[in-house]
Amino acid sequence: MKYIGRTQVENVRLIDHISSKKAAPGTLYLTATHVIFVENVSETRKETWILHSQISSIEKQATTATGCPLLIRCKNFQIIQLIIPQERDCHDVYISLIRLARPVKYEELYCFSFNPKLDKEEREQGWKLVGLNEEYNRMGVPNNYWQISDVNRDYQVCDSYPNEVYVPKSATAHIIVGSSKFRSRRRFPALSYYCKDNNASICRSSQPLSGFSARCLEDEQMLQAIRKANPGSNFIYVVDTRPKLNAMANRAAGKGYESEDNYSNIKFQFIGIENIHVMRNSLQKMLEVCELRSPSMSDFLWGLENSGWLKHIKAIMDAGIFIAKAVAEEGVSVLVHCSDGWDRTAQVCSVASLLLDPFYRTMKGFMVLIEKDWVSFGHKFNHRYGNLDGDPKEISPVMDQFIECVWQLMEQFPCAFEFNERFLIHIQHHIYSCQFGNFLCNSQKERRELKIQERTYSLWAHLWKNRADYMNPLYRADHSQTQGTLRPQTAPCNFLYKFWSGMYNRFEKGIHPRQSVTDYLMAVKEETQQLEEELEVLEQRLANLNKVQLYNGKENSKQQDQNTHLGLSIANNSIANTPQDYVNNVKSFPSRSPSQGDEEDSALILTQDNLKSSDPDLSANSDQESGVEDLSCRSPSGGGCLPSEDSGKDPDSDEAVFLTI
Amino acid sequence: MEFAELIKTPRADNVVLHRPFYPAVEGTLCLTGHHLILSSRRQDNAEELWLLHSNIDSIEKRFVGSLGTIIIKCKDLRIIQLDIPGMEECLNIASSIEALSTLDSVTLMYPFFYRPMFEVVEDGWRAFLPEREFEHLSSVTNEWRLSYVNKDFSVCPSYPPAVTVPKSIDDEALRRVATFRHGGRFPVLSYYHKKNGMAMMRSSQPLTGTNGRRCKEDSALINATLRAGKRGYIIDTRSLNVAQQARAKGGGFEQEVQYPQWRRIHKSIERYNILQESLIKLVEACNDQSHNMDRWLSKLEASNWLTHIKEILTAACLAAQCIDREGASVLVHGTEGTDSTLQITSLAQIILDPRCRTIRGFEALVEREWLQAGHPFQQRCAQSAYSNSKQKWESPVFFLFLDCVWQILRQFPCSFEFNDQFLILLFEHAYASQFGTFLGNNENERCKLKLPQKTMSLWSWVNRPQELSKFKNPLFEANSLVIWPSVAPQSLQLWEGVFLRWSRSSKFLDEAYEEMNNIIEYNKELQAKVNALRRQLAELETDDGMQESS
Repeated sequence: MKYIGRTQVENVRLIDHISSKKAAPGTLYLTATHVIFVENVSETRKETWILHSQISSIEKQATTATGCPLLIRCKNFQIIQLIIPQERDCHDVYISLIRLARPVKYEELYCFSFNPKLDKEEREQGWKLVGLNEEYNRMGVPNNYWQISDVNRDYQVCDSYPNEVYVPKSATAHIIVGSSKFRSRRRFPALSYYCKDNNASICRSSQPLSGFSARCLEDEQMLQAIRKANPGSNFIYVVDTRPKLNAMANRAAGKGYESEDNYSNIKFQFIGIENIHVMRNSLQKMLEVCELRSPSMSDFLWGLENSGWLKHIKAIMDAGIFIAKAVAEEGVSVLVHCSDGWDRTAQVCSVASLLLDPFYRTMKGFMVLIEKDWVSFGHKFNHRYGNLDGDPKEISPVMDQFIECVWQLMEQFPCAFEFNERFLIHIQHHIYSCQFGNFLCNSQKERRELKIQERTYSLWAHLWKNRADYMNPLYRADHSQTQGTLRPQTAPCNFLYKFWSGMYNRFEKGIHPRQSVTDYLMAVKEETQQLEEELEVLEQRLANLNKVQLYNGKENSKQQDQNTHLGLSIANNSIANTPQDYVNNVKSFPSRSPSQGDEEDSALILTQDNLKSSDPDLSANSDQESGVEDLSCRSPSGGGCLPSEDSGKDPDSDEAVFLTI
Repeated sequence: MEFAELIKTPRADNVVLHRPFYPAVEGTLCLTGHHLILSSRRQDNAEELWLLHSNIDSIEKRFVGSLGTIIIKCKDLRIIQLDIPGMEECLNIASSIEALSTLDSVTLMYPFFYRPMFEVVEDGWRAFLPEREFEHLSSVTNEWRLSYVNKDFSVCPSYPPAVTVPKSIDDEALRRVATFRHGGRFPVLSYYHKKNGMAMMRSSQPLTGTNGRRCKEDSALINATLRAGKRGYIIDTRSLNVAQQARAKGGGFEQEVQYPQWRRIHKSIERYNILQESLIKLVEACNDQSHNMDRWLSKLEASNWLTHIKEILTAACLAAQCIDREGASVLVHGTEGTDSTLQITSLAQIILDPRCRTIRGFEALVEREWLQAGHPFQQRCAQSAYSNSKQKWESPVFFLFLDCVWQILRQFPCSFEFNDQFLILLFEHAYASQFGTFLGNNENERCKLKLPQKTMSLWSWVNRPQELSKFKNPLFEANSLVIWPSVAPQSLQLWEGVFLRWSRSSKFLDEAYEEMNNIIEYNKELQAKVNALRRQLAELETDDGMQESS
């Protein structure tokens, strides 16, 4: 490929950034889409794959006696260090990666070469899995108050909005267009969520161009229309998610916020969520803490506090909670905006929806939510996540924060979500991976022009296919936590927001709980299902046998017996009496022992093979013994010559498309 | 009866009780010798509160007009408030509570008055005798013996009558070693690692003093645990600096010259009042009602509680590593050998020995490594996080141990037979209890108090099936492996079940636990059904077969 100077370098060593364990030498390959490192150890040949689009920074460090180190930081929070023997090779690799990690054309992205071997029809089906029309219908619109508007067909009014938007019935095209001219980037108020129980709604827009005194009749009519669409309430909340100071500064630039004097029947509210630059720096600071080698408890807690990250997460949650409360408890509609209405507004609307509607807490519903509040309303994925080379000041972890808010809620409401932590982590991964077309570009308009749906695959279909991996075993559709609005504890709740090591230290297996309760319970549930099936068969057989004995038809009975034997594929009943034997007899039974490498109880070993996951990164290593390695590196204990064991890291099987060059 | 003298106002009406997660309740307050009782006047006359005086850590009084308010802060970290009409009543009640919650004499404590309402299946006082432990040991090795050199507590007042020592060392030598160790705590066996025959011993510091006093029996004793040509490790729970300073007061540490076969490692673990202050600060932070995220994290940090957890766990992992990975014997001690030493030896056993992760095994561990080993519970647990006394004996040493166990449990949720409720139970009973288990500072005192005769053991109560079921971890699958916890800051968390217990609702978490339980129970039920049916079928089919062949 044209940007690759060297495609293969021998005798490279890969150093796990945390543990300073001895690294086996291996070969480094550069392909059009991945950096691949293959260990030379013959029996394992462990592979590490890194997508170019995941690379966030490459750092050439000072050459040492052992070679020339190259530090690669990834957007999914993986950090690897490669030691390349020759300076010249290192430089070549560095130059190639710099170019490969910053593609300039969409066509260079992985999704245009990624081929999951699905035919055209399957691909189309995949894209149909999540449909927004269906979703608005589910919410209960169009109805007497809300209608679909085609005022934005061909993206004439607002190029970052979808071509179909829901607006109050009384908002004429004239009002919409007038209002759009009074809003930043013409992002006029449109429906995000409608609560059919009480007609309250969540609408979203950008800031008004009010400056110090400007007014716009149509915009005022627009807000009035939103209020009228909820006959139960005589006012609406206008929530400006920015800190007041930021909003005021915008007035000097001819932008700003709504004045209660000009808009009749609004209650205006600031909720101070910081802007993308503050958030980018905050994440940067937190990641520096995560990267510390053997930090003390104080280093870690101080660093975490200093980063302000959890404070920002709480601010977003608080905004979502405020809106959910207004809608569910007060029955009041809310208009949400920030500056452009595509970052904080998206975060806050989706958190509020998630709190309000149990549907969004299901796997499908969550996909729909992201399609609705993020993809369709023009969240600038390309700019925020740096998919194409661009202005580094545009990059910000807006979606990461939303995903973390969901995780924080999952921690507080363990039974409320159909999906598990892994689902969130994989979505985060794919926001950056560019392996699927869903999150490409900055708007629907751009995606249509690129013909994304014809040329790439949908992430949702991929996740749905592997949904068994993403289930929360504690979720039950009829459980009380899955009904109605979630009401997180608000006062005093600082301690409820926790550092998410599963995300930000995702690749440091050593620090996570060594046994996964989720995986264990999923295995139990799967076994339960098999037991239920077997129970049915056994009861059937017993009934037959009794019948047969009644009729005393001996010939008959013998035959029947043989049939059922075959059906059950249980070879010998006499030894199938204990649960353990049952485990051996039922083929493909997922073992549920969480402890890998248990020599004493081989029947219950969870081997790498049956620990199936579409992303082995998350589950490959549950070797408890390897905790020792962690200890010795994390806390130099003075014991000196302490042994270390490898904690294997496997490639994303997702991405196991090896391109030969 | 002397209690009556302390109770000037035995009852007060129209008292309003405020406590976390419950609506305020009005009722009648009664004081008895050991309890503070509030019963509401609702039709069902349901009892609303039944609080042991010994659970009360501190009280505060406030007055608005003639309405008095007493804020009661408990050792289990709960805070309740009583509004009492009438200034005199309020003052009387407050002074009674104060007196009754700080009784001087152990024999006035509730365990001496408690009449159990349950049938004792197994006497907890006799459930974990050293003889039984030794029996277990002698089934795997004959290198050790049970010595009764301390049978009248004369050699070491804080040791139990029976201790396990190397077979080759006679009682006379032990007596001599005892004079060379602080408080007579000569090295004894704490844990024997079956897998490789290595031993962990514990003791107090050697009394080398400034002039380097030595004791050849002492080195002979600990050398007896070494294999030929192998070195052992001494883990000193003090920093080198502190250990050196101890020499001026007659204490000291093992010098290389005199113990050439041992390598000494210093792992500094904080003591007494520093830990107590840490607890006080942490609980203060957890009870802080402010909404500021930053304040929370810096207060958590400033308390240093998690730092202590990290230090203790790291030292315990180190001890376990030396034994399991290095194949070396280990001696652990600090100064007295009654606090940090026991934290290390007991946690190392949790890591190494699957038996200690069962309920029974954990109880045995607490008996062996804490109660019989002479951890001064009565001194350490006299006050908890709300104490304002300046006595320096209180310290949450055992509490920290339980927290460390919880950290390991969190990292290995399927490897423990018990759940975190069991740990919370032990925390509560160590500080205030109707049972005699945690009374006294050592076996000697317990013996003099005749606790086994006069009080009920916590184990007698908890080991009944109906109680045990509450403490069983549904996820438990016996795991014979050594479990190595991570001590990275990211892996250590605040023990919410204890510290946030009274400041956040656990409703949703409890529901999740219940759901988990249901999933597993249902699975077991089905398994039993399937097995029964299989058996039934097998029988029917053999009958059938016999009929056929006949």
